[in-house]
Amino acid sequence: MDYLFNLAQAEVPAVSKTPLVVIICYLGLLLGLALFSGRFFRGTSKDYFVASHSIGPFMLLMSVFGTTMTAFALVGSTGKAFQKGVGTYGLMASSSGLIHAACFFLIGIKVWSIAKRHGYVTQIQFFRNRFESNGIGYLLFPCLVLLVIPYLLIGVIGSYRVMGPATAGMFIDLFPQAGPLNGSVPPWIIGLVICGVVLAYIFAGGSRAAAWANTFQTLVFMAMGVLAFYLISRALGGVAAASEQIYPGHLVRTPGELEVTTKAGAFQREIGIPPIQFLTYMFIPLSVGMFPHLFQHWLTAKSAKSFRLTVIAHPLCIMVVWVPCVLIGLWATGVFNTPPLAEWPKPVVSIMGGTDDAGVGKVLSVVVKFLIVNPLIAGLVTAGILAAIMSSLDSQFLCLGTIFTNDIVLHNQSKERFTDKQIVLIARSFVVAIVLLTYILSLVLKDVQNVFDLAVWSFSGFAALTSLVFTALYWKGATKAGAYACITAVAVSWVYFFAKSGWGGEYTVFSSEHRTDDGVMPVAICFVLGLVSMIVVSLFTKKPSDETIKKFFP
Amino acid sequence: MKTGIIIFIFITFAVLHQDTWNWDNGNLLFGFIPVGLAYHAGYSIVAAIFWACVVKFAWPKRLEEWADGGEKL
Repeated sequence: MDYLFNLAQAEVPAVSKTPLVVIICYLGLLLGLALFSGRFFRGTSKDYFVASHSIGPFMLLMSVFGTTMTAFALVGSTGKAFQKGVGTYGLMASSSGLIHAACFFLIGIKVWSIAKRHGYVTQIQFFRNRFESNGIGYLLFPCLVLLVIPYLLIGVIGSYRVMGPATAGMFIDLFPQAGPLNGSVPPWIIGLVICGVVLAYIFAGGSRAAAWANTFQTLVFMAMGVLAFYLISRALGGVAAASEQIYPGHLVRTPGELEVTTKAGAFQREIGIPPIQFLTYMFIPLSVGMFPHLFQHWLTAKSAKSFRLTVIAHPLCIMVVWVPCVLIGLWATGVFNTPPLAEWPKPVVSIMGGTDDAGVGKVLSVVVKFLIVNPLIAGLVTAGILAAIMSSLDSQFLCLGTIFTNDIVLHNQSKERFTDKQIVLIARSFVVAIVLLTYILSLVLKDVQNVFDLAVWSFSGFAALTSLVFTALYWKGATKAGAYACITAVAVSWVYFFAKSGWGGEYTVFSSEHRTDDGVMPVAICFVLGLVSMIVVSLFTKKPSDETIKKFFP
Repeated sequence: MKTGIIIFIFITFAVLHQDTWNWDNGNLLFGFIPVGLAYHAGYSIVAAIFWACVVKFAWPKRLEEWADGGEKL
């Protein structure tokens, strides 16, 4: 097979600070726009938490889509396609198009209606009233927070993985270090800047600023994804030529093995997607039904009609982002599988670690760096990746601040205890504390092996809990005891499987001796256990009062 | 009846997502897009059309009117 792009002869791009300048300009623009949106802030807690229900269809689509697409969408999809092959799109993207839209239609619109009618701003308020139980809030609260934190860390650590290679060699005198990232901006500065920018606009404008910023960032990362696709295909001689050199095993979903040579020696990479995993992975997209940050975005909608565009266009937006990224990952199989490792330029070997499994998250960065030699464009594409990361971070920070304020601090207080201004101040203080905690945790855990495997565990927990919200909305017979049983079953089973995975690795249940991924996804079992627990326990326990039924089943 | 049809189509979609017939197909469609990817990209487009039909024919109008009937925050 002839390969169009020969890394052995590739020119190592000269170090230029232009990408960093572009990224700084982008962050400045984002900050300016979001702070400008703060001028529309009405000073009330309702405006801070849910933008006074004023967000129209387009901004709702952009903010919901931007929030759903994390670093996972751009960096993870490329890396996963490079690692597993063409099945990545079906595994994660097309199923999400169908199921996310179903969640927005069946859960989002109904939750928005009930929350608007009764004045809820958090999920926990909704569940406390639906199941006539304060305790359920205290049970659910740690579950939601513990599941959001890894999701937050994915974003911040993802920014380190992107910015490290992108700035390597820029500041050798200022930030010398051994290895491939010599002279790169260190993680503590990257985290400080990323978290600082997000904090600044969330602090100033709350939900409205998040919606404005997300709209801008979503447009940026969609455009940059397409631009990167075009430029990389051009560097490889056009889309047809680029696809011709894809490693054949990556063009099909058939499970197989590929021998990969790394600095540490050779190993067999599992490629392809086993059928049982492909089937049970369909439970993962159910996570959007229980994401607390999406719940908050839903509540910002001006009317139920605002959801229409989101429901219809979401599968298309996923396609626009994921198809180019998956193709780039597939093209990279041709780029990085030849020539032999010994002939690679040193910077590529050291950055990719010989494309071992921990290094797959860096595929997009390295491809951008070596194939899009223009530093201006490389800066724009890197800014696009950061946009995807930050468009999720802001909503997550804000939602945790909202949950702490409303479900813990204000929950047992009389309405007169705090003024509206004080409530906003409390929420802002919590947001600052959460940003600080995330920043510190991200520095401690920045070397976690594959940050994207952690994402799947976070999604799995939320997806399994979707059985709770679905039965709460559609089954009058769902009881308080059933809800407790559901949450407990999900929590216990999730922790069990998480521990079995080695606390965050790739893991499937009933897998064979030869592979780790040819069994059932744990999320499917957790979801079914939660649903069955809810149904069985509800059938034998006290039903909700007529007043509650009237309130939630109009 | 309407709900039943939507559920039936949704389940059909879930089954079609498995496209076992494409599992081993390594051909390139239009000379550049692997068949397995092209199928699922098309699937995304058809999913959008499906949801457009659901929004058009099964919109929860009564729920919307109820929500707009009062606000207590």
